[in-house]
Amino acid sequence: MFINRRGPYGSGYAQEALEITLVGAAFDQQISLAFVDDGVFLLRVGQDTSGIAMKPYTAAYRALADFDVHRVYVERESLAARGMTERDLMAIPGEGQGPDGNLVEVVSSAELSNIIDGQDVLMNH
Amino acid sequence: MKFAVVVNEGPYQHQAANTAYHFTRSVLEKGHEVVRVFFYHDGVNNGTCLTAPPQDEPHIVNQWSRLGRVHDLDLVICVAAAQRRGIMDERESTRHELPAANLAEGFRIAGLGQLIDASIEADRLLVFGD
Repeated sequence: MFINRRGPYGSGYAQEALEITLVGAAFDQQISLAFVDDGVFLLRVGQDTSGIAMKPYTAAYRALADFDVHRVYVERESLAARGMTERDLMAIPGEGQGPDGNLVEVVSSAELSNIIDGQDVLMNH
Repeated sequence: MKFAVVVNEGPYQHQAANTAYHFTRSVLEKGHEVVRVFFYHDGVNNGTCLTAPPQDEPHIVNQWSRLGRVHDLDLVICVAAAQRRGIMDERESTRHELPAANLAEGFRIAGLGQLIDASIEADRLLVFGD
């Protein structure tokens, strides 16, 4: 599991975390992603980077299923602390539990703890 | 036990690199195996030989190089992260037609597959970051 804790453009962590995520998937590993703290901003809909001359790389999350990444968790408490709800998040098409197979699954902090407990390897960025 | 170590911060700005070095040295001295130390994000700055800290401060780059030499340790700098930040070996420098190379002794530049590979091979993967 790769844990994204930071927002998209204030630092370079998440962009490089996405790179290692896709490489991990190419190695036939069972990859999951968690978005916590400011990391929930990575999936915010309506991002527009034209004013800051940054590459809008977060659109690539929508293609995660093509790279064989099928588990995407967002921590509910992190959303709430930032005045966000599930409706503020982009949908990631796949074969998930959400509407139209959306892979994004909003889970509580306690649920995420259990999911993290079940991982072999964690990398957090 | 087999450890893999990931260093996500450069030397001097964050404690992470220093702590990662001391952890790695300690487990090696206790007879454990370290399959690889992988430098990612700003951690690639641990591998530039153009580092010259004041003499009364630890020279973290040289410490890594020495540890690598003594323990035959695999010190790997991520190629993509390194290219963004100006860490180059001779080959990469030539390929990008740049005027210099600066990879420190004992380090090598390789792809992210080396990090995934280390995480599979090791019993424990430790990430040192901010």
